[in-house]
Amino acid sequence: MASLISVKDLSRTYHLGSVEVPALRGASIDVMPGEFIALTGPSGSGKSTFMHLLGCLDRPTSGTHLFNGRDVSTLSSRQLARVRNLEIGFVFQGFNLLPRTSAVENVELPLVYASGVSARERRTRATAALEAVGLGAFLEHHPNQMSGGQQQRVAIARALVNSPALLLADEPTGNLDTRTSIEVIDIFQRLNAERGLTIVMVTHEPDIAQYAKRLVAFRDGRIQSDQPVTARQSASADLAALAVGEHSAA
Amino acid sequence: MSFAVTFTIAIRALRRNALRTSLTALGLIIGVAAVIVMMAIGRGAQASIETQIRSAGSNLIIVTAGSGTFGPVRQGQGATTTLTAADAAAIRAELPGIRYLSPGVNLRSQIVAERSNWNTQVQGVGDEFAALRSWPAEAGVFFTQQDVVRASRVAVLGSVARDQLFGVGADPTGSIIRIRNLPFRVVGVLARKGQAAMGQDQDDTIILPYTTVQKRLLGITYVQNITISAESEEALAGLTTRVAALLRERHRITAGEDDDYSVRTLEEMASVLTSATGTMRWLLAAVALVSLLVGGIGIMNIMLVSVTERTREIGLRLSVGARDIDVLLQFLVEAIVLSVVGGAIGIAMGWATAVTVGRLLQWTTTVTSGAVLLAFGFAVTTGVFFGFYPARKAARLNPIDALRYE
Repeated sequence: MASLISVKDLSRTYHLGSVEVPALRGASIDVMPGEFIALTGPSGSGKSTFMHLLGCLDRPTSGTHLFNGRDVSTLSSRQLARVRNLEIGFVFQGFNLLPRTSAVENVELPLVYASGVSARERRTRATAALEAVGLGAFLEHHPNQMSGGQQQRVAIARALVNSPALLLADEPTGNLDTRTSIEVIDIFQRLNAERGLTIVMVTHEPDIAQYAKRLVAFRDGRIQSDQPVTARQSASADLAALAVGEHSAA
Repeated sequence: MSFAVTFTIAIRALRRNALRTSLTALGLIIGVAAVIVMMAIGRGAQASIETQIRSAGSNLIIVTAGSGTFGPVRQGQGATTTLTAADAAAIRAELPGIRYLSPGVNLRSQIVAERSNWNTQVQGVGDEFAALRSWPAEAGVFFTQQDVVRASRVAVLGSVARDQLFGVGADPTGSIIRIRNLPFRVVGVLARKGQAAMGQDQDDTIILPYTTVQKRLLGITYVQNITISAESEEALAGLTTRVAALLRERHRITAGEDDDYSVRTLEEMASVLTSATGTMRWLLAAVALVSLLVGGIGIMNIMLVSVTERTREIGLRLSVGARDIDVLLQFLVEAIVLSVVGGAIGIAMGWATAVTVGRLLQWTTTVTSGAVLLAFGFAVTTGVFFGFYPARKAARLNPIDALRYE
């Protein structure tokens, strides 16, 4: 099976004035389709930089980056925009929804930038994506009328609306409480299991990382460890347990 | 991304900050309205001057007695006494292409009628004067060639002079008026002509045969001016030079000596006035354009604020697949929508203001399609020009920096 992502000796150096800051000092990794990877590490370890490179939001200083079988480091900025649009979905810590814009219109956003999608089709697909994350009843709600968990689910629907091959999540549970965090992770696990969606998630919470299948730890711009998750948690089981706990407490 | 979507996004962004949008547009609205109003008033002034000059009679050549010197003292125009009725007769007899000709001698005098008196301009003219100025009589007739030959004591009144001496709308034909104690019989009243270009009231006048003025009122033999109308506009230029040449010859002015007369055409005067008001119009337009420029800077300012404020939004759009051109167009279209809407409102307001000013001040204000196009074109150009820099700034943002912007 061909890998979805194949990265060799990827490095990224930022220039702050005359100072060179090496954020990433040569990382190599292969990601097969259907994997669910958690990137961990202290801040400044290079995990976010690595993720931005995987997301084609940034270009590496050196190294090769194959995505879906082609070398994306040679693509023009327009071609990269197209890759981001059609093949990658992003979920951010701060949700990044457009304010004063309904949920369904937020989800439509990537389709707006995809050529040749009619307004009717945009609405149909955005509605389906919101229904898939359990927000079929919230189509016309604005972000400020929704909870953090709901907002993050809108963001997930937005990331999925173009049926990407890769979902990138940057601290997706960073702004959420435990229960809502597990709800969001539950969606990730189901997407991963049911659709075979490849997920790469940055998190600094060790317990959240345990829901992934593979754990890649960064330190000082390098990959420190890369191993499968041995005691993998099931979010749906944990949610059920939480519900029981609340029930008995009541 | 389709234009319709870009347009919708722009409208939504502008509506989200309705107050800010309207204040920004206000700068542009005032600018555009100012351009329209200034152009309309300027154009109106120009148009009214042009019609007045046309109504004075076209194809006119006016010969005025020139300045002379009395010892070392240089006299003003009309001071020389060398221009005579004989010159007028010679011009008439020797030069082709003349339709009408009238010598003129003017003075101001107190006019006494039966029940009233009035101080006004008395013009001594030839019998062709009415035809020359295309000035029909409202009552009675104009005096004849015989009256001129005999220096008869007959008078034709301008309508304002008639109103002052005999009452508004009266027919004084046959009445007697006295000028410098001499009785004159009123033979006619001229139709209303209105204000002349320079502001004097053409109707406030009394017209006598020039011979009568020369012999009975002033005791002189010269004339102050000779008005000639050419048969056609084409004949005008040639006739002007021939009149000048004939007078130099008759007055024995040798080469190098100054003329003792001046020859002017009304066309010349018309073009001077027209170009003067044209200059004025452009000056006003320039002032208005400055306010448009200020409006444009307002747009740029607000767009820059908007780009900074929406940095994260831009980052998000870039991350979900917007190309830099999409972001550029989004902000550019926003600026253009702002300026087009502002421009349209400005045109409407400018138009309304021009019409109102026209009514209130009784000016002819003409809103030309040229002024509208100019104002609108400038508004849109302003939008594109001042919107481009902020839009490009937005499009050049690095997606990561934009996403992380606090």
